[in-house]
Amino acid sequence: MSLINYSSREINCKIVYYGPGLCGKTTNIQYVYNKVDPSTKGKLITLATEMDRTLFFDFLPLELGQVKGFKTRFHLYTVPGQVYYDASRKLILRGVDGIVFVADSQSARYDANIESLYNLHENLEEYKLKLDDVPFVLQYNKRDMDNIIPMEEMEQELNPEKFPSFPAVAVKGDGVFDTLKCVAKGVLKKLSNN
Amino acid sequence: MVRADWTIYEEDYWAINSVIKELIENSNSTSVILIDKTGQLIASVGMEPEFDLMSFASLCAADFEANAQLAKLIGEKDFSTLYHQGVDESMYLARVAQHIILVVLFNKRTTLGLVRLRVKKAVDSLDTVLNRLFDKLEYENEDLKQFDAGFTEELNKEIDSLFKD
Repeated sequence: MSLINYSSREINCKIVYYGPGLCGKTTNIQYVYNKVDPSTKGKLITLATEMDRTLFFDFLPLELGQVKGFKTRFHLYTVPGQVYYDASRKLILRGVDGIVFVADSQSARYDANIESLYNLHENLEEYKLKLDDVPFVLQYNKRDMDNIIPMEEMEQELNPEKFPSFPAVAVKGDGVFDTLKCVAKGVLKKLSNN
Repeated sequence: MVRADWTIYEEDYWAINSVIKELIENSNSTSVILIDKTGQLIASVGMEPEFDLMSFASLCAADFEANAQLAKLIGEKDFSTLYHQGVDESMYLARVAQHIILVVLFNKRTTLGLVRLRVKKAVDSLDTVLNRLFDKLEYENEDLKQFDAGFTEELNKEIDSLFKD
């Protein structure tokens, strides 16, 4: 939920990375954290299990420079991908301004992508939202792996509505910033068009 | 023209601020922080915390929401207050006007009983201020004219310069 605070002269927006377990949501955020100027980023919070699987969420605040006296801040969140953490996923989606769906390109994860996307639709419905209501970007991650699904097939199955999409190798940073830039600009555009 | 899902104007901020300032004084607490349920920081008054406030806000919202779900599981609507006790520092959280969380940080200079008592009164006052604000947003939904196309364009440039390898 975007919030304009006139007293602190801040605009805050929330972007959520969604997708099946082990698709690379946390890797996206970690890459961003390691690459952006230290003065623009806050603390990276990770609520993970001992096995480094996301338990609740990761959180990274990023601050743009001042424009017309206002600071704009993007709060990046990831959700836990594993099926049984659905309650946590639902909570993180509350007040979302933009969504990145990170799909795993490996053939073995074909069904997991579909299930997770379906789950996103269901959880958005709880907040009376549809994908069309929120700036939405897809990222086809792990394009460097063996046995991957061709891009056209992924588009056909996961993106019939033709939302913006990017191939990625998040662990090397390929496609990470393209994805983030696209969703961030989408959020700002929606904020100014409302 | 920019419209956010919700907006805090100066006059509302000062009304909120005066209530929480009074709460700090009356309860002998260290600081009071106001957060919305999505984890956005609204106001922080009192001693400047040494920790990262943005992270603190997101974790408090998650804490409150997770507990609300626990409440539902045991047949409650939600828990309107939460208390976390530390050796030196403690936190008391209370729901205000449905969407907002009031967080009071306090130490041994005061007691839980006093904090709880003062928070109850502050929640009533904040309920009035915040509900008035939400009503205003619903009916007025003012155009924020200083955010024109040029503003979005400049922000897009900022995005390009910040988000790069």
